[in-house]
Amino acid sequence: MKTAKGDVEPLEEPFSEALQEAQKQRLRAAWKTPTGWRYWSAVNNTEVGVWYTATAFGFFLFGGLLALVMRVQLAVPDNTLLDANTYDQFFTLHGSVMMFLFAVPVFEAFSIMVLPEMLGARDLPFPRLSSYGFWCYLIGGVFVCGSLFFGQAPMGGWFMYPPLTTQYTEGYGVDIWLLGLSFIEVASIAAAVELIVGVLKCRPPGMRINLIPLYSWYILVVAAMILFAFPPLIAGDILLEVERAFDWPFFDPERGGDPLLWQHLFWIFGHPEVYIVFLPSIALVAMIVPTFAKTPMVGYGWVVLAAVGTGFLSFGLWIHHMFTTGLPGVSLALFSAASEAIAIPTGVQLFCFIATLLVGRVKMKVPMLFVLGGFSTFIIGGLTGVMVALVPFDLQAHDSYFVVGHLHSVLIGGTIFPIIGAAYYFFPLIGGKHLSEKLGRLSFWLMFVGFNVTFVPMHLTGLLGMPRRVFTYLEELGLGALNMASTVGAFILGLGVLVFVIDVFRPKKNQPYAKRNPWGAGTLEWLAPMPDEAWGVRSIPEIDSRYPLWDQPNFVRDVDEGRFYLPDAEEGLRETLVTSPVDAQPIQCLRVAGPTWLAMIAAIFTGGLFIFSTFHMYTPALISGALAFVTVVRWLWTGTAVIPEKKEKHVGLGLTLPLYRSGPKSVGWWGMLIMMLGDMTAFLALIFGYFFYWTADTDFVTADTPALDTLWPAVGAAAIVGSWLATYAAKRLNRRTAAGFYGAIAVALGLGALGSWALLRAPGALDPTAHVYPAMVWLLFGWSALHAIVGVIMQLYCLARRIARRMDGEHDIDIVNVTLYWHFVLVTVVITTAVLLGFPRLL
Amino acid sequence: MIDDTQGPEEETESLWWLTVAPAAWVAHLLASYATVAVWCAKVTDRDGALGDARWMVAAYTAVALALIGWVAVHGFRRHRFGEGVRPHELDTPGDRHRFLGFATFLLAGVSAVATVYVSLVVVFIGSCQ
Repeated sequence: MKTAKGDVEPLEEPFSEALQEAQKQRLRAAWKTPTGWRYWSAVNNTEVGVWYTATAFGFFLFGGLLALVMRVQLAVPDNTLLDANTYDQFFTLHGSVMMFLFAVPVFEAFSIMVLPEMLGARDLPFPRLSSYGFWCYLIGGVFVCGSLFFGQAPMGGWFMYPPLTTQYTEGYGVDIWLLGLSFIEVASIAAAVELIVGVLKCRPPGMRINLIPLYSWYILVVAAMILFAFPPLIAGDILLEVERAFDWPFFDPERGGDPLLWQHLFWIFGHPEVYIVFLPSIALVAMIVPTFAKTPMVGYGWVVLAAVGTGFLSFGLWIHHMFTTGLPGVSLALFSAASEAIAIPTGVQLFCFIATLLVGRVKMKVPMLFVLGGFSTFIIGGLTGVMVALVPFDLQAHDSYFVVGHLHSVLIGGTIFPIIGAAYYFFPLIGGKHLSEKLGRLSFWLMFVGFNVTFVPMHLTGLLGMPRRVFTYLEELGLGALNMASTVGAFILGLGVLVFVIDVFRPKKNQPYAKRNPWGAGTLEWLAPMPDEAWGVRSIPEIDSRYPLWDQPNFVRDVDEGRFYLPDAEEGLRETLVTSPVDAQPIQCLRVAGPTWLAMIAAIFTGGLFIFSTFHMYTPALISGALAFVTVVRWLWTGTAVIPEKKEKHVGLGLTLPLYRSGPKSVGWWGMLIMMLGDMTAFLALIFGYFFYWTADTDFVTADTPALDTLWPAVGAAAIVGSWLATYAAKRLNRRTAAGFYGAIAVALGLGALGSWALLRAPGALDPTAHVYPAMVWLLFGWSALHAIVGVIMQLYCLARRIARRMDGEHDIDIVNVTLYWHFVLVTVVITTAVLLGFPRLL
Repeated sequence: MIDDTQGPEEETESLWWLTVAPAAWVAHLLASYATVAVWCAKVTDRDGALGDARWMVAAYTAVALALIGWVAVHGFRRHRFGEGVRPHELDTPGDRHRFLGFATFLLAGVSAVATVYVSLVVVFIGSCQ
């Protein structure tokens, strides 16, 4: 194994045993999991990741039960078990739960749990953010699911098309869906930030970009996809909720609106979403296959191509969900072509996996059974996907059970089977014990047979003309036998899941712990002793290979004896290493947060904001929002950008690293950048909406539209540009003198406040309920003003930090990150003003 | 054997190279879609001919393929840097450089194929219907 010149080697001689024991004691104390009721204040990945994963499985079981009841309803023609309204609530919740509350969160949950172990990190960089995300998810999920028990569940299908959901649906169901799930989308984006920064900045030293586990390549791609896919949906959610709550007519054709915009925004999210749930499962497969084949992955570079390529191509397919909406044929054809193209990278990775299995000598354990069962099922779904990607075929099959059969083959084969396989594979990492090989095999065969008996007939029922989302069907259609088969199959599938659940929960007290690295894998997560310690990894290793456990001599011993980095916690603080994105050169010793209630409290109040809004109780909603704000400020004030007691720290092997870094070398800067890229995407989705209305509607904005009054928009934009400049100056001056900083930030604050106020006045006397054009003007100026106001609050925060001496000329994370935020405010305000003032004048 | 443990410094390397070719594909698709959508809505009507819109898409295709081709050449050169051969799995700056070049090259390949797929639409379809 060849390494670079000057590559670091572990300590030649171990520390004395007494010192090793003392180091372990200190590490244990620093990473101690809180006990008693304080257990729930934990933020460490080992706790939050487990809760998160368990919750996701809980929602999976709930979604599955809904499906079983639906299958009972459909077992025989003209059945009356569920009435139409209840059935609608069941299928809407089934889809929404499986997609939003299971498929996406389970990958985030699992990654939060395992990614640090895979990267030899002690924790991810923002543990409280993960914890906040988890509590948001739990509260939002329970809220959405709970609505079913009050007969108030959403019933517009998981894609909530207007005008069904604006004009023809009574009750709170749609609002529960919109606000409850938006709330969870916030959690998803929080997790995406955590995972991207984790993969790029928290790898072990020496784990260059060509050596990272394939899992982390996939996670990087998927997290980036979340960042660009979820914001358009959030933008759509805002439009739809504002229409429902305040009657701004974004989707009302009578007043210039267009329901198709919702479909665009939904599917710009919705198609990448399919790959967002598929790729992480393939990532699991990419970890399982080499282990059982006992050989490195064949075609690592090709798998990376597949991951990145699929990530991009998946954004160019959304219109294939809209083939029957009446768009021009040429537009459909463009997206049909793109849909065929994505089969290439998808196929490439499967061939890599198959090649790896052919090269190696495969041990057929339970995880491999699920992987291979998943392959075969997914390939069938992939091929029917190629069929429905063709416009003429889709015109026939659209909205029929053929599509139900297709999408479940993809999702169960591509997502569920690998996840259950991975549960068998990774289970020893959680409690140190194996699941049962026997029960695993039983579960697999029940699930595999059950799946096929359920979903293969659905392709036929679809081709015979059975539409989706109907609560019953007539006997004369002759669909009874096929539907009965599907129902029987669904129960066999459900039985398989039940066996798995029993296996997870059966008492394992008398079962011995698994041996260490039980499957003989090559990647870092299997360094964990059985049972594991809360510190993650005893010392952070120097990596020379893609499979260090296979290739690096004495590796486990060296890690265990603390011969690598950070073998100690001298100050009793939780620490991990931050490294550079390409070569993973260590650049900082990062202190990460310990247990706190703040994340949970912030989530509860954030939940209050969304949940009260659902029922139009705006006063409690605002109070709750204000309390969430206060909690978050407290969290930031006490726990971020903390000035360390010393500049540098010796982390072992002769390396000394700074304890504080700002700018692009710090994790917080990356967090801000990534969060704002998501924010910018939501904004661009709204701008897309503006131009969409212009192309789709002849009277949206024409030469005759009265021009907006120039004064306030111009004042607003000019003040915001000034405030941005002054913020930038404050960042620069801060490094020289306190007075310079105070002067510049005062100017920034004044101009920022003026700009925000002017932007709020900018729409003038336009009535947003009259027509979609004034509604868009209000929305875009409102969006800009909101961003400016948040920017002003951030400037105030920096001012307070400087006064309180929590920020100074040398320790300037706060103002550097706020300046970064203001770059985005600048772009938002300039684009808004240019489009709203400039575009109508061009016509 | 030539010492390939030396390679370009980390600072000269960028992960963004991986994204250029697929981003060119995305831009090509969106530009083509926007062009035909505006053409069919504003220039002609739903029964109209695509006319010059086809040439515009052809022009986007030429630009996109040129960009993707340039990225591919750039990637391939990095892939062939020094003495190393695939699978570029060594813990050396040289192999890291070659790996990123190889991945860039492969992504350029799939982007080029996908771009051609999309552009074929205006070869076969001449109207807005």
